[in-house]
Amino acid sequence: MTQKHFDQFKGSSDYVISDALKNAVNVSIVLQRPLLVRGEPGTGKTLLAHSIAKSLGKKLIVWNIKSTTKAAEGLYVYDTVQRLNDSRFGDRDVSEIKHYIKLGKLGQAFNSPQQEILLIDEIDKADLEFPNDLLNELDEMSFYIPETNETISAKQRPIVIITSNNEKELPDAFLRRCIFHYIEFPDPQLMEDIIRVHFPDIKNALLKDAMESFYSLRKIGDFRKKPSTSELIDWIQALMASGLDGKIKDGEIPFLGTLIKKETDINYYVSHYVRRKPGSRDYNVYGN
Amino acid sequence: MFTPFFYTLQERKVPVSITEWMILMEALSKGCINNLNEFYYLARAILVKSETHFDQYDIAFQEYFNGIAPPLDFTEELLSWLTDPQNRPQLTPEEIAAIKKMDIEELMKEFEKRLKEQKERHDGGNYWIGTGGTSPFGHSGYNPQGILVGGPGGMRSAVRIAEARNFRNYRSDMTLDVRQIKVALKQLRQLNRVGLEDELDLDRTIDATCKNAGELEFKWRRPRKNSIKLLLIMDAGGSMEPYANLCSQLFSAANSLSHFRSFKYYYFHNCPYDVLYSDIYQRKGENIERLLKVLEPDYKVIFVGDACMAYSELVDRYGDLYFHGYQKMSGLDRLRQFKLHFTHCVWLNPETSALRNYPTVQMVAKLFPMYDLTIDGLNMAVKKLVTKR
Repeated sequence: MTQKHFDQFKGSSDYVISDALKNAVNVSIVLQRPLLVRGEPGTGKTLLAHSIAKSLGKKLIVWNIKSTTKAAEGLYVYDTVQRLNDSRFGDRDVSEIKHYIKLGKLGQAFNSPQQEILLIDEIDKADLEFPNDLLNELDEMSFYIPETNETISAKQRPIVIITSNNEKELPDAFLRRCIFHYIEFPDPQLMEDIIRVHFPDIKNALLKDAMESFYSLRKIGDFRKKPSTSELIDWIQALMASGLDGKIKDGEIPFLGTLIKKETDINYYVSHYVRRKPGSRDYNVYGN
Repeated sequence: MFTPFFYTLQERKVPVSITEWMILMEALSKGCINNLNEFYYLARAILVKSETHFDQYDIAFQEYFNGIAPPLDFTEELLSWLTDPQNRPQLTPEEIAAIKKMDIEELMKEFEKRLKEQKERHDGGNYWIGTGGTSPFGHSGYNPQGILVGGPGGMRSAVRIAEARNFRNYRSDMTLDVRQIKVALKQLRQLNRVGLEDELDLDRTIDATCKNAGELEFKWRRPRKNSIKLLLIMDAGGSMEPYANLCSQLFSAANSLSHFRSFKYYYFHNCPYDVLYSDIYQRKGENIERLLKVLEPDYKVIFVGDACMAYSELVDRYGDLYFHGYQKMSGLDRLRQFKLHFTHCVWLNPETSALRNYPTVQMVAKLFPMYDLTIDGLNMAVKKLVTKR
């Protein structure tokens, strides 16, 4: 395979990417193996799949995992209740089971004539056994529907991106089959690039102040949830809209509520870092 | 190709399997890489599946591609000495003040920096410092800032990236944070069908409908829920002071996990006697005899404590240091009562040093299976709690 083939994914204009992550994506494309992306919340795990889809010009299928999601739902659902109902009231031809087989997200990705990108978002939200139930399907990229005696196999193996917040440990057998990348929290240099992508006409002074305040906030170790990239971007947007700068004066930060989301964290910050002005009792976290 | 690297990784306790190694070989044969730098990321993406192992990977990578044995075990030994709260009293007040100002990460960096300076004086400089840069203080290769100065992307060598060991903080045998504890505690589960019948039981519905000659008849069943009940009993005595933060993390993890059917917690001083405290500061207590009557034996019990006390505190009937008076029995007998009443008990010990050989610790460890209060220890303890006796 030539070099040209390997460097398929180069990042897109609205998503700044590190070399390591770019490599990992390309390796997973070449080896046709799922890419498992892990990292702090708000470091752009989900956006990565959108960026890949955009840059390669492919359709993205998103499978959002919830705690009640079962692996089989991603393949297909056999709507027995509908069929029972139809048989009772005779609306449709119930002898054709095919009408009651609905393909799930994984099934759709397999069944599509073009190569698609499948994002399995927050796989760790599901039951502990969930990833194991998908092992064979992701390996072979095919599955069997006993009800109709059909095998759905991928016409074009989809590019599979899986994100995880590490709420649950994933099983080893599943991990062995994946390419893994851990998105580190961006260093100031990369962060600057990221902000400039989002706000091309941001003033240098504002950017500098905001970054300084942000990284000094992140240094505080006692937060339950540290502010992350997405919060910084929201915050800068708020700053730009209001015309304020991002400087910390006497510990007061404008729009603190956009940066720190947990009440305990805000209370902690206000009680430890904000110098109280005489007469003012409450600190308004959503204004200044 | 690179087969010895596979064994170096295993030696460094990175869990690599043959499957993954074959994938790496496949990737190499497809020409995925141009230089060592790309190899570093490629091999890491394929072989290492958790950021907790990135640090060991970095060490193995240095070892294999640098051709020199890393002096890190020595460094780590010293580092662990430094972070061990037991050693703090031996520092001068100025040093303690300085340590308090820095967070632990900075502290480690500072320490490594000093270690390096010392080496230069002794050895007259070696490879590490040679590549590290001009100043022995600043950019010495370990220092993440030192790496950044090296220029973007391809300029820095992969070994230097490995040397930076940015992932040290993710190691599972060292760090414990609330989320990691939650992950471990979530394994505590036993699913039983309880509650309202609000889940459609398809098989029985079809059966019933058929028997009913096609007339729809729905059958419902109860959903599966976790039936684990957890009892957390923590030592809040003076010798546990260095671990207060660790214990509060464990507590907040257990407390915020909503998946237990019941979660109760109590405190004790050094050893449980007649009373367990629900609030240690206000001395709000709960009589143990009463507790053992109201709590069902299927509560899973986790004791947290260093089990380090005077011999008399454990075996003496009047051993309670804080409450001199009449007690019904010694601390050891109380613990035996717990063991007899509850089917599953474990003891987590944050103290991992030589104090573990202390006689009272040994005696307690004979009663309850004792594990370190680390992620690995916690995982083992949880496994013990959910297995059948």
